[in-house]
Amino acid sequence: MSDARKTWMGLLAKAPPETLRQLWDATGLAPGFTWLRAPEIGSTMVQGCIGGTGAPFNLGEMTVTRCALKLRDAGTVGHAYVQGRDKTHARIAALVDALMQTAQESRLRAAILDPLAADHAAHRRARAGEAAATRVDFFTMVRGEDQ
Amino acid sequence: MYVAVKGGEHAIDAAHDWLARARRGDRGVTELSVAQIREQMALAVGRVMAEGSLHDPDLAALAIKQARGDLIEAIFLIRAYRTTLPRLGHTRPLDTGAMDCIRRVSATFKDVPGGQVLGPTFDYTHRLLDFKLAAEGGADGDDAADDDTAADARPDAAPGPVPHVTGFLGRDGLIEPATPDDAPPPDLTRAPLELPATRALRLQALARGDEGFLLGMAYSTQRGYARNHAFVGELRIGAVAVEMEIPELGFAVEVGEITVTECETVNQFTGSKSEPAQFTRGYGLSFGQTERKAIAVALVDRALRWRELGEENEGAPAQDEEFVLSHADNIQATGFLEHIKLPHYVDFQSELELVRKLRRQAAQAPKTEAAQ
Repeated sequence: MSDARKTWMGLLAKAPPETLRQLWDATGLAPGFTWLRAPEIGSTMVQGCIGGTGAPFNLGEMTVTRCALKLRDAGTVGHAYVQGRDKTHARIAALVDALMQTAQESRLRAAILDPLAADHAAHRRARAGEAAATRVDFFTMVRGEDQ
Repeated sequence: MYVAVKGGEHAIDAAHDWLARARRGDRGVTELSVAQIREQMALAVGRVMAEGSLHDPDLAALAIKQARGDLIEAIFLIRAYRTTLPRLGHTRPLDTGAMDCIRRVSATFKDVPGGQVLGPTFDYTHRLLDFKLAAEGGADGDDAADDDTAADARPDAAPGPVPHVTGFLGRDGLIEPATPDDAPPPDLTRAPLELPATRALRLQALARGDEGFLLGMAYSTQRGYARNHAFVGELRIGAVAVEMEIPELGFAVEVGEITVTECETVNQFTGSKSEPAQFTRGYGLSFGQTERKAIAVALVDRALRWRELGEENEGAPAQDEEFVLSHADNIQATGFLEHIKLPHYVDFQSELELVRKLRRQAAQAPKTEAAQ
């Protein structure tokens, strides 16, 4: 459960807010819920590793928005921690997280998570394609003194 | 010393009103949107995020707009905003080895596994002004459309993790290891800088340090002030996922994806009786596409490690931790520098009194001597 949940929460967090809002609106879902924690904008300290793999150090912060809610009918709890300052993004992410723990799961997977995963994968492939086009092979030239 | 003054409210209001109009410039010219700055001034946005020490491209773009393009003023705005945010936690250390690289070059290995990827770089451009960019509307728009078509025609590729170059050297023990550690790192934003600083604290200070200052410091090491000839083992830019432990859930989730620039230098090191010869490392990591900054940080990081690596202190500025870390922050620097333009009337009045008194005494002295 937690592995699958980890995956969908990550997809929801990384989704462009506007894309997620459109996909959510298209489902026509509007479940009743109560806030356990209203959307809150804050920061998280991003850590790097010395030498790429060594001891951690604090690189700088990034903005995040979090919230938690409980569905009125199903009673399941949804959490969201999403990059940026978009409270609607956090609310929809938490609602989807809560609904994914109900019988609506397969419907939401098809309507929201699968398209988000496909978009994300396509974006990564396109970016990798752009990068691959700039791949270069350097040749060392024979220098005068070697001749 | 600054002593509070009163008055001037009307003049200050009028000055700020004029500032707002000056920011807007000629109303016959279209106003810049924050999104335009974010997308088309992306490297300025990267610098403001790195030195503002807050990753948020929209906020950085807004700050650049508000600051009329004065990047240090924009960084100041970001730093001030940052202090208003509640800290919700910290992330897991970034896995830069899993980066989706848009650029990755090595100056040490030409046939590096994973390949040399130039990415969107100014390198190998001729640094000639491109007047096509100055053409109004049509030409610029057409060019952009052509570029998009070219990008669409490019075949997709499978993204995959690109191994770190230093990893190859490390496998043969040719470079000092960078071993993981669970110790929580010190945080400059929570406790004031204390010297001597750990390498983790130094890297945080350098990551938010002024690019120009660090560039000068790094350049000084290349010119011989602190001898540490550096090879860029690897420079990579790309997107990394940011994972954060969620206490309510008891597991970590990805909260987003950010662009960072990482530079690893490979530096000389002569071994000792107990240790065989090994290369040493300098390391720089920075938010955004900020490669000049990341390279400079790596060079300065390496120079500051002289004590730990048993090197000689040559008295070079870049080896002086107190000097470097105390002067790298452009917000501290500009705050102190610029405050001297604010009213110092009381201070100056007392100095004026003193000079007048000294001059009176000097003028009286010969007469007194003559009288004796």
